[in-house]
Amino acid sequence: MSRETSTIQRRKERLDRGIKVRTEGLYALTSWREMFYLLVPRTLLIFGLLLSPFFLEMYWQRVLCQAGIYALLALGFDFLAEYVGLVCLGGAFFIGSGAYLSGLLNAKLGWAPFFTIPIATVAGAVISTLVLLPCLRLRGIYFAIISFMFPLLTVYIIIALNIFGGTEGITALATFPNIWVDQYLILGGVIIALFALRRLVTEDIGLILRSIKDNDQAVKASGISITSYKTKAVFIAALLGCFGGAYLSHLYGWVGISQFALDYSILPIAATVMGGMGTLVGPVIGAFILTPLSEALRGFGQMRVVVYCLILIGFIVYKPEGLMNVLQRKYHQFEHWEEV
Amino acid sequence: MGEGIFLQVKGITKSFGGVMAVKDMSFEIARGEILGVIGPNGSGKTTLVNLITGFVKPDSGEVFFKHKKITGLPPHKIADLGVTRTFQIMRPYHSLPAFKNLIVPLNSPRIRRTRGGKLGDKDGVAIDILEEIGFERDAYVPYKIASSLPLGYLKRLELARCLALKPEVVICDEIFSGLSMSEISTMVPLIEKLQMEGMTIMMIEHRLRELFRLVNRVMVMNFGEKLAEGVPEEVMENKEVREAYLGTEAALC
Repeated sequence: MSRETSTIQRRKERLDRGIKVRTEGLYALTSWREMFYLLVPRTLLIFGLLLSPFFLEMYWQRVLCQAGIYALLALGFDFLAEYVGLVCLGGAFFIGSGAYLSGLLNAKLGWAPFFTIPIATVAGAVISTLVLLPCLRLRGIYFAIISFMFPLLTVYIIIALNIFGGTEGITALATFPNIWVDQYLILGGVIIALFALRRLVTEDIGLILRSIKDNDQAVKASGISITSYKTKAVFIAALLGCFGGAYLSHLYGWVGISQFALDYSILPIAATVMGGMGTLVGPVIGAFILTPLSEALRGFGQMRVVVYCLILIGFIVYKPEGLMNVLQRKYHQFEHWEEV
Repeated sequence: MGEGIFLQVKGITKSFGGVMAVKDMSFEIARGEILGVIGPNGSGKTTLVNLITGFVKPDSGEVFFKHKKITGLPPHKIADLGVTRTFQIMRPYHSLPAFKNLIVPLNSPRIRRTRGGKLGDKDGVAIDILEEIGFERDAYVPYKIASSLPLGYLKRLELARCLALKPEVVICDEIFSGLSMSEISTMVPLIEKLQMEGMTIMMIEHRLRELFRLVNRVMVMNFGEKLAEGVPEEVMENKEVREAYLGTEAALC
């Protein structure tokens, strides 16, 4: 008898909630309840982000700005990895090229941040895309390694040729008028980028990108150049990173080789893993958790990295699908244990 | 078939390592013709398809489409000219409705050109294409999630993906394999209808009986070489072909 009970296996059965099914498509407009079901998570996120500056001290407001930059990078990383199949570790390159471009425009030509940020965003994205263009035919780990090399390479070029201020960087750039502009510029950027990308991946271009990831041969046989679509995708991800970089240069009024630092390539990956791959909103939330966490752990001194790593390992082992995938499941589905 | 040669393959050769996958193959397909390609496993049929459609670059030899050299072009350019193919291994979007699977070819430059830049209602076009190929609209089959479709529909979906491109040549790589007799018997009229509409088709197949009902000519491959070519009855009388398929008399005993 006891042997029998020990062999009984249990599994979790999941069923979509009725309201989830009812809110798909036009039927969402049938009642307030259905509309609330859709609006509540989105409103929570938007207002949560927009209201957070009011509850933070000066120091944490700075951290929030930093987290926003990481959120943009994580968003770009998730988009490229999950929807295009390009694991891009070149986040630091996006940040660096955006930062140096807007820094140079501001320092040499005296242009205001209002002009340098848009120009550096677009021009930086064009440069990043051109640099990555020859590697687009690579897949998986090969693309990851190559994209990882570019920021390192650029740092050594800057040091060796002593250009753009060399190791000193460019200082005394224009900054934003006050901390509120700092915060809302990046928060607005994150929210717009998030919802624009979510829209993009359900459009035809998103469908084509996903089919390139799943089955690139069938896309080629359908008369579509996969390189041109991959180029567009990299450009979009680079736009996000370069905006972050251009913003960063004016946030601190300074650019330097530390803007090509590995943090910008690595932390977005951690945020994506923690937040939930492929959800787009997950990586954003991941970035807004991990960046403050890393600051809060400063109290641990050298142990900071250890604690940080333990949290990440815990997530990968116990909740590999990430925070957002778990939350979405709880929100959309009934779960109960069933004996098999 | 007065317009003569439509697709021409001249002395095409490809070896992988030391293995000659395709060796000095030459043949032609006329406009509106159905050419069957048969041969034992590993005789280089799929490699031949890959060579024509640009997925594999040949060591030597050339392919001409409408007297234009297409060897060396990337696969999407060849598809753009109107030579497309199905794949033996189908990987549709499992999580999407069947008709959404046709959105990729419907966004191709080829379709953009033919429609003068305006694509209009792509979902509607996709559903029309699927309906024509046997996805019953009344039973909401085009709206079904791809992963819930039986193999027969998936094979047709793969063919529909090619047809959505409005091609001039379709190369079908074993679209009958794995299907039941009844599924095949619904596919055969589809192919016949395509030919009536003027499509040029090359069919790689193992199911000889169904294939011979369809094709104008058949070509037999063995060890990467052309063994025989001609009308089906003639070819099956060929002694070498019988040996390649059934083995020599000694082996049969």
